[in-house]
Amino acid sequence: MTLISTIVEHKPGVLFRVSNMFRRRGFNIESISVGPTEHPDLARMTIMIRGDEKLAGQVVKQLRKLIDVISVQLLEEEQTVQRELALVKIRVENPEIRREIMDYTNIFRGRIVDVAPNSLIVEITGTPDKMDAFINLIRRFGILELSRTGITALSRGEATIIKTVRAV
Amino acid sequence: MEEISGAEALLEALRREKVDTIFGIPGGAILPVYDELYDSDIRHILCRHEQSAAHMADGYARASGKPGVCFATSGPGASNLVTGIATAYMDSSPLVAVTGQVPKAMIGKDSFQEIDIIGITTPITKHNFQPMRAAEIPRIVKAAFYIAATGRPGPVLIDIPKDVQTEKDSIAFPNEVKLRGYNPHIPLRMDEVKRAVRLLYESKKPVILAGGGVKSSNAFSELHELSEMLQAPVATTLMGKGAFPENHPLSLGIVGMHGTPEANRLTIEADVILAIGIRFSDRTTGNVEEFCVDSKIIHIDIDEAEIEKNRYVDVAIIGDAKEALKTIIEGLRSIGIAEKKEWRERILAIKEHYKERNMDEHFKLTPPLVLKTLRRVLPEDAIITTEVGQNQMWAALHFKVFKPRTFISSGGLGTMGFGFPAAIGAKVAVPDVPVVDVAGDGSFCMTENSLSTAVAEKVPVIVLILNNERLGMVAQWQRLFYGRRYSAVELRNPDFVKLAESYGAQGWRVADINELENALSQALVSEIPSVIDVPISPEEDVMPMVPPGKGLAETMGVT
Repeated sequence: MTLISTIVEHKPGVLFRVSNMFRRRGFNIESISVGPTEHPDLARMTIMIRGDEKLAGQVVKQLRKLIDVISVQLLEEEQTVQRELALVKIRVENPEIRREIMDYTNIFRGRIVDVAPNSLIVEITGTPDKMDAFINLIRRFGILELSRTGITALSRGEATIIKTVRAV
Repeated sequence: MEEISGAEALLEALRREKVDTIFGIPGGAILPVYDELYDSDIRHILCRHEQSAAHMADGYARASGKPGVCFATSGPGASNLVTGIATAYMDSSPLVAVTGQVPKAMIGKDSFQEIDIIGITTPITKHNFQPMRAAEIPRIVKAAFYIAATGRPGPVLIDIPKDVQTEKDSIAFPNEVKLRGYNPHIPLRMDEVKRAVRLLYESKKPVILAGGGVKSSNAFSELHELSEMLQAPVATTLMGKGAFPENHPLSLGIVGMHGTPEANRLTIEADVILAIGIRFSDRTTGNVEEFCVDSKIIHIDIDEAEIEKNRYVDVAIIGDAKEALKTIIEGLRSIGIAEKKEWRERILAIKEHYKERNMDEHFKLTPPLVLKTLRRVLPEDAIITTEVGQNQMWAALHFKVFKPRTFISSGGLGTMGFGFPAAIGAKVAVPDVPVVDVAGDGSFCMTENSLSTAVAEKVPVIVLILNNERLGMVAQWQRLFYGRRYSAVELRNPDFVKLAESYGAQGWRVADINELENALSQALVSEIPSVIDVPISPEEDVMPMVPPGKGLAETMGVT
């Protein structure tokens, strides 16, 4: 897995240009998360791809060619804070199960954000591994619905890609 | 500030980009622009199909080196441009296409003649724009020309909703472009240049492969100097043909699937390959896994994404070819180059070995002989364009090119129907030299209606049809690889002489080389377009040939 962080123009059509480049070149997007940055005219895309170093290098170069892509960075795992958010709606058949799910949620530092007679929605954030572990643990109760955001990430320390962007 | 309309702003912005000619067809969604064109000094050439408009603008760009411009209306007008835009994209040709779009409020409603041309052209343009206010137009036009012509050139599309064309505003015209996501000026990495210089210095058997990038950066004299300095023979890709004079003792002609035997042979033997502005296309390398596995490869390209896209390289120099070659030459000059006597002798011996048989069959119209006759009759600076297929490969193999920008062909996309409209565009750009489209009958029939444009606009180009009444290259593949099962390749053609005449052009059908020479000499002084129909044998193959999927070492048709 390779994680790529990009700063792009925050305007309509840019996500299409990026995703279309992946499709046209036969690259596969594992996950992508997009959102505004602290600058209203810039957005950040965090893209996870599956593939070797050579493929990652080519993806980065093809991304840089897009006029709306301002900055691209390959993120190294140790040097990066990675988070994902998931909302999991779980079937609750009896109070014992509810108790059990609440325990797991606490252990994983998640939160119960919705309670209904026969279901719960748990909000959980963390690294993709942590999410997978939680989901596997509660799978046996019956997952009614699951929504994951895809990874968002920032490199550790003071360095930012936006700073370089603004200087241009 | 006086208020002007979006359409006025567009034409003023084009004028400021020194656009003198536009190729296009009007229609409902671009009428406000055409209304402004009525009062403009810019020459408009009315085409008969938008595909041809794009090819003409492309031909104009390739012959002149400056961006070509085409106009089309929304919907089918815009979608008809697609093949032309894709052709320019694959061959890195600077093109600016302007399309009309339905009014803003009607976008997305499947309105009459609406098409999402931004979505459609995203993968085949370097960039595209859709101004939503008239005031954006000057900045967008400036950016479009900048993007199209700089870095690795390519097509840019501007799609303007009809109400943005009519909207009036106080509109300012910027003098500069600022695009924070685009910087085509890449400084050379000197460590890589030094490694290249060292490799070239130590090489015993260097070969230069020159591609379209040499043309884009006008690096002709540097290539010439470096080749002589290193005594490195130069083979070009199809797109690079013309980058190095083909009458030079170090010229090998084109390399690849239909490359010359000497180019393919010496490329295999090289210990160092200097690849300049090429993308290691499958048509150039043959099976890329087998391509020059034992040689060191130095790759110069302005597009970093070309580095190791198709082929692993030892040294990568990202940047402008002209600047890179200059720096390499300086580097080599400071070390000095040793005589490569053995390599020089080998080059001469190989060239001598493959020197063609004496073509003294004076009355037989073989394609190689036709092309050699054409070369003899035409001045050195004449431009030839080609269609796609056998005609193109015969032209590439047998028509020697001496000057830059005088060989224009659709390499990447391989677009049949390209050559004739491209010839018209080239002739409009460079009116003082003869322009000849080397055509096949199948290709010519795809855009022959441009004869109408050529006659009406008084653009006296010459179309020379190598007529085998076949889709010749397909027939060749069927002959060689499908056991002569000729599926859907035989053509029933019009009488090309009458066809030409009915358009108001002139036509000849020639039976031997003397008649060909006669027809050519009349066509060359004519003020109307000419079509010369040259019947050739339908059994004739383009040889040599590297079979698809094979390596350069497996060239067929070489004795």
